[in-house]
Formats: sequence, structure tokens, C-alpha cells
Amino acid sequence: MAAPVRVYVPRETSAVSMGADEVAAALAAHAGGQAIEIVRNGSWGMSWLEPLVEVEVDGTRIAYGPVAPEDVPDLYAADFLRGGAHASRLGPTAEIPWLARQERWTFTRCGRIDPASVDEFRAHGGFKGLERAFALGPAGVLDEVKASGLRGRGGAGFPTAIKWQTVAGTASDVKYVACNADEGDSGTFSDRMLIEGDPLTLIEGMAIAGFTTGASRGYVYLRSEYPLAKQAFEKALAAARDAGWLGENIQGSGFDFDIELHLGAGSYVCGEETSMLESLEGRAGLVRYRPPLPAISGLFGKPTVVNNVITLASVPEILVRGGEAYGALGTGRSRGTLPFQLAGNVRRGGLVEVPFGLTLRELIEDFGGGTYSGRPIRAVQVGGPLGAYFPEALLDTPLDYEAFAAQGGLIGHGGVVVFDDTVDMAAQARFAMEFCAHESCGKCTPCRIGSVRGVEVIDRIVAGVQREANFALLEDLCDTMVDGSLCALGGMTPYPVRSALKHFRADFERKSPVEPGGASTARDADGRRSAIEGAGP
Amino acid sequence: MSLMKEADSARHAGAHSAGDPQPYSPRGRGPMTLIKEPDYGTPESPQTGMVEVEIDGMPVTVRAGTTVLRAAREQGIDVPKLCATDSLKPFGSCRLCVVEIEGRKGYPASCTTPVEPGMKIRTQTPALARLRRNVMELYISDHPLDCLTCAANGDCELQDMAGAVGLREVRYGFDGANHLDAEKDESNPYFTFDPAKCIVCSRCVRACDEVQGTFALTIEGRGFDSKVAASMGESFFDSECVSCGACVQACPTATLIEKTIVDHGQPEHSVLTTCAYCGVGCSFKAEMKGDQVVRMVPYKDGHANHGHSCVKGRFAWGYATHKDRILHPMIRDSIKDPWRKVSWEEAIQHTARRFKEIQAKYGRKSVGGITSSRCTNEEVFIVQKLVRAAFGNNNVDTCARVCHSPTGYGLKQTLGTSAGTQPFDSVMDADVIMVIGANPTEAHPVFASQMKRRLRQGARLIVIDPRKIGLVRSPRIRADYHLPLLPGTNVPMINAFGHVIVSEGLVDEEYVRERCDLEAFEAWKKFILKPENSPEVVSQVTGVPAEDIRAAARLYGQAERAAIYYGLGVTEHSQGSTMVMGMANLAMATGNIGFTGCGVNPLRGQNNVQGSCDMGSFPHELADYRPIADDAVRGSFEKHWGVTLDPEPGFRIPNMFDAALAGTYKGIYIQGEDLAQSDPNTKHVEAALSAMECVVVQDLFLNETAKFAHVFLPGTSFLEKDGTFINAERRINRVRPVMKPQQGKSEWLITQELAQALGYPMSYRNEAEIMDEIAALTPSFRGVSFEFLDRVGSVQWPCNEKAPMGTPIMHVDGFVRGKGLFIETEYVPTKERTNRKFPLLLTTGRTLTQYNVGAQTRRTDNVRWYHEDLLEIHPSDAELRGIKDGDRVSLTSRKGEITLEAKVTERVPPGVVYTTFHDPETGANVVTTEYSDWATQCPEYKVTAVQVAPAVERSAWQREFEKRRKEQERLLETS
Repeated sequence: MAAPVRVYVPRETSAVSMGADEVAAALAAHAGGQAIEIVRNGSWGMSWLEPLVEVEVDGTRIAYGPVAPEDVPDLYAADFLRGGAHASRLGPTAEIPWLARQERWTFTRCGRIDPASVDEFRAHGGFKGLERAFALGPAGVLDEVKASGLRGRGGAGFPTAIKWQTVAGTASDVKYVACNADEGDSGTFSDRMLIEGDPLTLIEGMAIAGFTTGASRGYVYLRSEYPLAKQAFEKALAAARDAGWLGENIQGSGFDFDIELHLGAGSYVCGEETSMLESLEGRAGLVRYRPPLPAISGLFGKPTVVNNVITLASVPEILVRGGEAYGALGTGRSRGTLPFQLAGNVRRGGLVEVPFGLTLRELIEDFGGGTYSGRPIRAVQVGGPLGAYFPEALLDTPLDYEAFAAQGGLIGHGGVVVFDDTVDMAAQARFAMEFCAHESCGKCTPCRIGSVRGVEVIDRIVAGVQREANFALLEDLCDTMVDGSLCALGGMTPYPVRSALKHFRADFERKSPVEPGGASTARDADGRRSAIEGAGP
Repeated sequence: MSLMKEADSARHAGAHSAGDPQPYSPRGRGPMTLIKEPDYGTPESPQTGMVEVEIDGMPVTVRAGTTVLRAAREQGIDVPKLCATDSLKPFGSCRLCVVEIEGRKGYPASCTTPVEPGMKIRTQTPALARLRRNVMELYISDHPLDCLTCAANGDCELQDMAGAVGLREVRYGFDGANHLDAEKDESNPYFTFDPAKCIVCSRCVRACDEVQGTFALTIEGRGFDSKVAASMGESFFDSECVSCGACVQACPTATLIEKTIVDHGQPEHSVLTTCAYCGVGCSFKAEMKGDQVVRMVPYKDGHANHGHSCVKGRFAWGYATHKDRILHPMIRDSIKDPWRKVSWEEAIQHTARRFKEIQAKYGRKSVGGITSSRCTNEEVFIVQKLVRAAFGNNNVDTCARVCHSPTGYGLKQTLGTSAGTQPFDSVMDADVIMVIGANPTEAHPVFASQMKRRLRQGARLIVIDPRKIGLVRSPRIRADYHLPLLPGTNVPMINAFGHVIVSEGLVDEEYVRERCDLEAFEAWKKFILKPENSPEVVSQVTGVPAEDIRAAARLYGQAERAAIYYGLGVTEHSQGSTMVMGMANLAMATGNIGFTGCGVNPLRGQNNVQGSCDMGSFPHELADYRPIADDAVRGSFEKHWGVTLDPEPGFRIPNMFDAALAGTYKGIYIQGEDLAQSDPNTKHVEAALSAMECVVVQDLFLNETAKFAHVFLPGTSFLEKDGTFINAERRINRVRPVMKPQQGKSEWLITQELAQALGYPMSYRNEAEIMDEIAALTPSFRGVSFEFLDRVGSVQWPCNEKAPMGTPIMHVDGFVRGKGLFIETEYVPTKERTNRKFPLLLTTGRTLTQYNVGAQTRRTDNVRWYHEDLLEIHPSDAELRGIKDGDRVSLTSRKGEITLEAKVTERVPPGVVYTTFHDPETGANVVTTEYSDWATQCPEYKVTAVQVAPAVERSAWQREFEKRRKEQERLLETS
């Protein structure tokens, strides 16, 4: 009897939300006598094609998508199990231009394998990075990471090797690796996709970090809104432990390491590393002041590597292919690749892992295919809710930490949200303040009170109440928040606000000014409430 | 560089002229002003190295690890701040203390930035001024503008900072989102919480966590909705808050503020003094308006409390001006007669005449006196002097008889000094803390907070107590071992510890060889290794599993530094002295005496237990615990006092009662002790008092003993006293008067005039002169004087030529007695046994809000937390008897019966019940026995065999009590 045909249907949040579970069920139900094995893989990141069904024919994966459950009988009729022609047939997955143009390092296995299978992971190069780490020793790993030029992918872009070196060089009986998977930036999903599609890579990356720095315990702080990622990671943890890749004396190396999964409670600011540590310790997620750096005094006061999912997950492949090879990619001080996430008003949304240096326009137009609505692009926000809004004129800025900073923007976690010309940028500026007010931990004054006042001041500007004075006050408030806030939430909320003011000032001045004296009626409670309803993400 | 606000003080010297009493006038005290303690913003750095930095162009040398904020403030450069205060760890939330540091980006908060060598800091620049003003503008945009009518007006850091940063307008207006309508919480009797004024600096929450260690407060909500909440959104009164006042003190605004300040406004001057409750001896600033106390604020430079307080010292001082206070001397011929108000002259002459008549009729030894551990050393010293010099006998004892006399005896025998070995601060160096028969969180709350701080830092904890006291499990603290032994079995327990230490090779051989009497050690070793002292055998006696005993003993024995803290749960037993010696043995065997972080430390119950004992209040000892029988010692006093002293020891308190009942003891002068409520076997005490012909009570209130008195001499509260108290760490603290004696006469003067009337000349002009005499006659106090104390703050005795600045740790280079003496501690069980009729064991103690017989605390709002004594009983014992929580039950022993309300709780183990003795109407001591310590006759309050049953009516004694109370009230009213 011939081996069953492998059919891949992603169990990944966006695919599932588009009906992947139903498609998988239909594939099983309509198989008839044909032997198939349905593999619930991760997503390749081509969200507009989900649910993307693949079938393995003579060692080649042929893609069909998007597939609806009702298409399934048709697919069988078209003999898709042998790669038969069908309206949804996309050809060999690897040859889809959107994917073929990428350079996948971190996401090299994502979509390719069964996320819960250590054997498949191993078959595709998994744990080779950790094995190399064992061979290199901690100092050798640090050299490789240094050569790769890897910087923190959570948004701050701090050189990973330096952070690891600090932890490695701080004497302590106990050290920790804390992985920040509290992915809360608007338009970002790379952490989730990786955990859902290739969680063992994260486990491997954390183990390498632990081995390099002398930590034997890891924590993953996962945002609670990711139930599928939670399941995937739990399965992967169990599988890794069963196969001896976690626990005591991993693969006879003498190195002990294990990981605990911790769910967040819906607070954006817990994605800030110090409040994440507070939350991991069981306290309210209040931001800590620095110094001391978490690398010296972090979780439970012990030296702690705090890294984002993508940072940690990038390390195994760097060790496999060599730090120098990774470092050869990119531009300026932004080395290697970044999994960008295209979202918002864009035709082909999804995950694009490419080297730094591509322009924002290339990313949006070549990969994204322009706006979903077909209308002209008016603004693009890169780096989440604290990122600046770039007008059309800045779209040729290369994707590079420093180039973006020079324009007042940030790369952040690589989220790209596209807006067409119907967007009201005053409402977007207001939303930035409102988001900050909603997510503020409440510890420092500029953020706690400033963000609330920011909403009120923008409302007054938009309503035309003492507009010039309030513009000046808003500028002052932005300075206060930037200079005075304890963490990046309050400190960077002014970036989107200021970029809106700078590039889209007309949006704030649509209403004609109210005569002096009309001020109080314009900012009564009702006025505020209606303004809030008018905004929103 | 602080602003000079006060005029230079016009100094006046305290010159005395001969003749009339003159108050001691401290030299160097300027005009009366409000003491404003500097706030350096962050705690002192523990590091020792120094770092040079530049602040505003000035070179500054500070300790490494100091924050930039503190470095600046130590130079008098007041960097603005709101969330920082030097009693709390840096927090970094207010963003006012921002500075500029050369070579650093942005504006770091100075409170969270440690200095680094060569750092160049600017605290005032235009950019900083703008940033601070803008932050302040945000604060004020959500703050009521009622400064002129606000209770904190004049003492508000927010107001000060608005002034400092030059805020002139709030451009946001005042009709944005705000908290101005937030509801006030006035549930606590002593302070209010007004969230409308809260700036969310978290100082209160952090004070509750870091200083008090109760973790009752939290910030509820997030962002703009953040608000301070007590426990889980309860009112302050209903929450876990213990009203220590730390949050109120920490609050920079009027959000948390004393109700007395709300009522009376800000104080205008303050006087430094010492709390008169427990033996911690907290230093307080009495903040005053004229002679009215408006609040008591713990003093940061107080070496016992470091600026912390508890609900009693901080708030429960209203008794001092309570209407129940008796302000006139009163006399009567019989206790059935109404009281007659008389002049001081008449009262004193009458009293002297009565004592002389009694001595003429019944002999020199038919009268005596009792000194009070609540009074000052000066007041105590002069009463014992009166007894010895004017009565001509040694019938003087002190209320310490019933609490810590075994401590004095046991530590003297083994170590050579009748006192604890350590300062309180020593606990911060302990690796293992062993608490035996003490309940610090209730009875010594301020020290408990310090201990809990150390425990949160990681010190290990062993609790030996029948009850699951608060320390066993509290927020962020869990005892490694709780050994809930049966009451009365301390000695076998400590012997089992010794057994493990010796049998498992945990003796510090080198220490013992160098410092201890080896012959005695060998004998002790032989004794302790006997099978009866093994954990396995002791387990059957104590009811504690042998494995737990072993493990706890190992933890103690293996610790680098292990400290024992104990209370009346050790001393108040028929083997109290044995147990004290047992602990000393254990500490010596493990090398845990003579260093910081270890020791054997009694937690003294009353403010001046240590002092009243030091002053020579015991019938067989003169000051410094020297035998009256010693000719040289006695001779030095005889020479100074110009009298011949009786070399024979006099009566102890229990002997006085027995002699009274035998008809040979007829007159007693009782300084501030309520024998009838606090001594065991009340009916026996009452009979003894009734048998006397002249009972003189000197007290604030007409207490239970006064109901049997013939003369009542009204006393003074600590707020009227000038003198000294000595706390549990031998610290001599100054007590200073903030008002004149409310009844017209200082207590020492009453005693002096009584002595004069008895024909013995005494002519001190003030309390300072009494202390001078104490210093002259007492080797350990040779260097002490009011002038010295006023200069240095406080000192721990011995303070003399050898230790001019006092002695924080005892026995540093060797034991005071020479070689440390191991004493065999054989267990002789108490005669008080349970049987079928009395199957349960009663043990007694105190509670946080009430104090001893409650004479003071029952006259404050503390009654709102605890208004009557409750009987704690385990659910299984309650179930068996059909008792539910809140039921009235009878508590019967071989001595008597009372009724009280049951509290069904697992805090007590099965077989053990517990109550307090705060309430005279309950009469807990009606049931306790007069079994006592074999060496010191300290009563065995902690072990009484009892039965508990549902009750419908008050007991016979309680009905009798009620009748007598009404009768005595009538006799007072008709006076």
C-alpha cells in the first residue's frame, strides 16, 4: 500500500479565521478511499492566500489557495492530490514569487514543517544551532552573534551580543532568559506566526541564550489573546522535553535548561521589558526604572536576558549558517533580515522576511501590491502604535533603523500599517494619545495624566477652540512626555502625534475656529464622548 | 545651601538656684520650633567607598551607591521631588527630580540614578525648569484648588513643589477628566483618605510594603484610573490595614492625614520624646499647639524605630487628657467610704502618718512599695529609695516581677548581665531568626516590621509558639518551621535543640573553648545528650514531630548568625528561668553571642521594664543588679543616702500578698501598677488588698487596685514627665514633657515630699539631679546624664569610662561574668495539669490595638478594633462543646470562672485556648493560678488547665465585679 499523501493545512490564527479548520475537516471527509495525511503546519505568511492548502507530490509541495470548504470536492475532482489543475492552483509553493523573493532565516521552517514534531524539526536543520553552540562554547557563540550584527527585534534594536555578554559576565547563582512574546503592537504578528508555525526554533534560541549566559531557566511571556500559539508552544515544550532537548543535561551536554510558559493579562505595557518582569513576578505590570538593567538585576533581581521572540528565534539559523553570512545581509548598522508584517489597507498582507535596506515603497508596492481599496496611499505607520506616520513623500526611506530614526520614525517590531487617502490624521493623532491613556500603567505622571490631557487638547484643536494656543500646548505636552516619561509608551506616543501634526496639519484644521468664549461648550463631556466614538482603531 | 528661615536661637543655660524644685532646662535648646527633619529623598547608601562628582559646578564627595538626588540634597541642594522620600526605596514615578548629566541623553530622574565617579550634574537649567513646570502643570490639572482650606496647608509637598517650580497657570483648564469627585474614606478613627487629593505617588503603598510590611495597600486600576485602595477595595477600617500610620506619614499631600490635623490645624512646635507603650521605645516628635498635642510623629533619627510607629504610639495617646483621669489627690478611711478630695499637702501628710502608724503598730517591715515599669527611671529610683531609706526595709518590688524577672535571673547566671545582648538593628544581620513565645507583630509591632524586612531579604525563620502567630505566615513571609508546642513545654523543646546541636556536631568548639567555662560545658553536654532530651522523646512531651524539631535545630545550629527573640511565652512559666538559661546555653554552644546578627534578646513588654529593673527595684538587689546583702555595695548607697540600710532582702510581690493575708503586711505604696487586674489569681489578690490598712495607689485612673485603696495620688502621663525610659535593647531614651503635670505635681516630687513627710530628707531640684545620683551610684550608668543624652540622643548601657558612647552589643570580647556558664536545664513540669474536669490549656497574651490592662488603650478609639477580650478556641474543641463563633462561653479553672465571647479559629491548636487580659470586666486573671517560676516567682500566666462551656450569664465574679464597679463609681461621685 502506498504511503498516504501529505496534505498541509495551516493551523495558524489568520488561516483558521479564514476557515482552515473547516477546510481540513472537509479534506478528511471527502477523501473517500484515498490515503491522505493532513499535516497542520504553520503559515508561510501569505495571509491573502489563506487558507492555503498544499499537497506533496513527488517531494514537491504544490499550493492551492485560498481554499474554501466548499471547494474541497472540486479539488478532489481535479485530482489535486497529484497536483491537478484547479482555479486555485498556485504551483509549487517555493516558486510563488512573493515567497521566492524573500530571504528566510528566522522563518526558514515556518510553514514547512509540523510544528509539534521534533523529528521534522530535526530533519530540517532544527537543533543544529544548539549543537553548534555546545561545540563553540559560550564565548564562541557570543562571537558568532556579534559577527551577525543581530539587534533586538522587539523594537529597541539593542545589540543582542552586548546584552548577552552583560548577563554572561554578571556573577550570580541563578540567571534567567525571559522571552517577550507579549506582541501588542498594532499590525504585528511575526511572534505569533513563529510560535504557531515553528515553536521549537524559539525553544532552541532560548536554550542557546541560556547556554551562552549561564541561565538554566527560561520564561515565555505570551500575550493571552493568542490561544493557538499557547497550544502550539505547550505541545512543543512537551515534545522537546520528551526528546531530551529541554530538562537536565540536554543531549548529554551537561547543560540544564527548561522553560515555563506564562500568559499575560491583556496589558499592552507588559510588553515593556521591566513591567513584563514585574508581571512575571506576580505583581501589577508597573514599569521599573533603569538602571539597574535587567541584564544585571532582572527577574527576581537576578541577571536576565530579556529578548523578543524574533531575536531569540533568529539565533539558531545564525549559528547554523554563520554569523558572518547573516551579517553580510542588510545595510548600514542594520544587519541581517527582518520579518516585516504588512497590514492595514494593503492588497497582499502577510509576513515578509527580507534583508534590511529595501525601501518602504518596495515593501508596500512590490510585496503588498498597493492599497486594498485601490486608492492612493496617504500614510504608513511602521513600528506599531508608537511609530511615526510617514507621508507618501517618505516612502522611499530604506528599511533601516538609522534611516527611519533620521526621519523621526522607527522600525520597531517591523509592523507596517498602510492607510489610504480617506484617513483622518487628526483622529489618528488623537488615537495615539487615547491608546497611551488606555494602556498606561499609571506609574509616571507624564504618561498617566499627560495622555489624557493629550486627547483633550487634540479635541479642542479639532473643535477649533483656541487652536493656536492649544497647538503650542500640545507641542509642550509632547516634549514633557518625551523628556519625562519612564518608559517608551509615554516617551514615544508623541512620535505618531508629532508626525501627524507635521505632515498632515490640515486634518486638524478642518473645522473653523470657535470664537473665544465658546471654549467651555466645545469641551463639555458630550463633546469628548462623541469624539472618542469617532476615532477608534 | 538650604534657605535660612529661622532666626538664630537665643541660647540660655540651665542654671539652678538652690531651694525650690526647678525644672531641668536643657542647655542649647533654642526657642520652641517645629522640628523639620531633612528628607534626603532616598535611603543612605550601604556602601563604604567614596565617589567624587560635581553638582552645579561644586565638587562633592559622597558614598558610592548614593543617588544623585541624595547627593545633591546632602549638600543642601533641594532638587524638587514628590515620589521620593528617604524612608523608601527609589521609585522614579513623579519625574520632578530630573537632572542633566553631562554625556547622558535626556533628563534622568536623580532619585534612581546612582552617582558615578566624575559625573557632572546640573540640577537647575532652563530645560529642567520647563520640564518640571510642565509636569507640575499636569499634576495640578487633576487636583483640587482648595489650598487655603486644605488640612495640609502649610505642610504639603505638592504645594511646596508648585512653588519651587514656579507654576503660574494650568493651560489645560480644570474641566478635563479628573478625580475631584472621588469619595472620601473616613472609616479609620485616626486618619482620613481623600482620593481627590491623591497624586498617585505610591508613597503610601510603598510605606505599607517596605516600612510596615503589611502589604495592605495597593494601586487599583491602571493609567489615569490608578487609585490607592486598601486590601480588595475595602474601607481602610475593614481592610488589613493595621493603622501604623506609615502611609499617613509618607503622604506628601492631604490625601492621608491625621484627623487631629483636620480638626486643629498645623502644629507650631514639637518636642522629642519617647513612647510609653511597649519595650521597643520609639522616639516621637510630639507636635504641639501650645500645650495641646496635635499629633505624634515617629522620629526618623530614633535609633529604636527609625521613623516608624504602631497604632498605639502613633495614635492612641488621647487617654492622657481623657475625662476619666483623676486630677485631685483623694483619701478615705475605708474602701466602703466615699472618696474625699484633699490638697496635695493633706494627702501627703495623711499618707505619711498612716504608714508611720502602721510601722509603729506592726513593725518596720509591715509596709512596702511597688515601682512601675511604666514610669521613668527617675521616678522608679526614687520610689525604691523611699522604701529602703524612709520605710527602712527592702519591701520593694516591681511589676517586672510578673513579666521578665526570669530574664534578669537567667541571663545574669549564664552570661553575667540581666539584659538582652543586641541592639534591634542587629536583626538586619541575622541569617536565622528564632522567635520563641513572643508575638512581635501584635506586641512589638515596630520591631516586628524591622524583623519582617530582614525576613523578606531572605533570613530564615523558626517560630516556637503554641499559636500560629502572625509571623508564621504573612505577606511575603513564611516561617521555615513553626513548632506548635503544648504550653509549658519550652524547656524540653530547647533541650532537644541542644541535643541535636551536640549530637550532630554543630557545637562551635572554638568559641566554647575560648569563652566558656569548660567544666560546666562538659557537664551540660553530658546532661543534654541524655535520651530524655532527644527530639524523639521530647516530641511526645511537646506534641511536635521529632523531625521538625531536628530540622529546626539544624537550621539554627548551622546558621552563620542566628538570633533568638523571646517574650513572656518564655518567662511566664514555672520553669521561666530554666528556659532563659536553656536559650543562653544554646546560643553559647553555637557561638551566637557577642556579634551582630545573633544573641539572646528579650522583647520587653513595657516601656521601662529594663529600666525599672536596672534601678534596683527588686527586694534583694540595688541598682545594677548588685545584692543588697553585699556590704560594699550597700555601703556605697548608705554613704550617699546618709542612712543605714537593711541588709536583708525584702518581700517580693507574692510574698507581700501572703504576708497581708497573714496579717503582718499592712501598707503598700503602689506606683502605677494595677495589681488587681494584672496579677494572677485575682480573688487572692483582692483578698490580700482587702486585708491591708493603707493601700496607696498612684495612677492616672481609678484602676481596679484603686477600688481597694485608701489613698489615691493622681499620677502623670508620659506627656508630662521629664526623665528617661530604657527599652529592650538597653537604650536610655529621653522622655520630655510637652505639658505641665495636669494634676499639679510631678510624680517624683510626690515621692520626694512623701519621703520628707516620713522624716527622710530628699531635696532633688529636678529629675536631672536624680539621674546624676543614679549615675554616681551605678557603674553601668556612670557616663549618663540628661545633658549627655540631650547631646547624643540616646545611649545603650553600659555607658561609663570603658564605654563612653555606650554598648550596643554585649559580651563582645568575652562574657561579662568572665566565662560563659552552661547550666543544666532539667525539665520539671508545672504542677498545673489537665484532667477530665479541666481538659484544655489556657494561655494568655496581648493584641495589637490594646495594651496590657487596657487602662490607656481602652480610653482611645482603639476599642473600635478590639472592645472586649475574646477566647480563641480551635474548631474541633468548639464543635465538641457545641460552641459557635461569637457565642458567650464560660472559662473555668481551679481558681475561678469568667465568661467571654468565643472566637473559633485555627490560630490555636486543638487542646489550647487563648485570651487577652485587656478588659477588667472580663477578668482573665480570675482563672490564672499563682504557680510561678521556681527562681523568681514570675507567675505562670501561660499555662492554666481550664474547661470551656456554653454560658448564658456572667460569672459570679463578674457579677460581683459589676457591683463593686458601680459602688466605687458612686463613692467617687459623692466625693
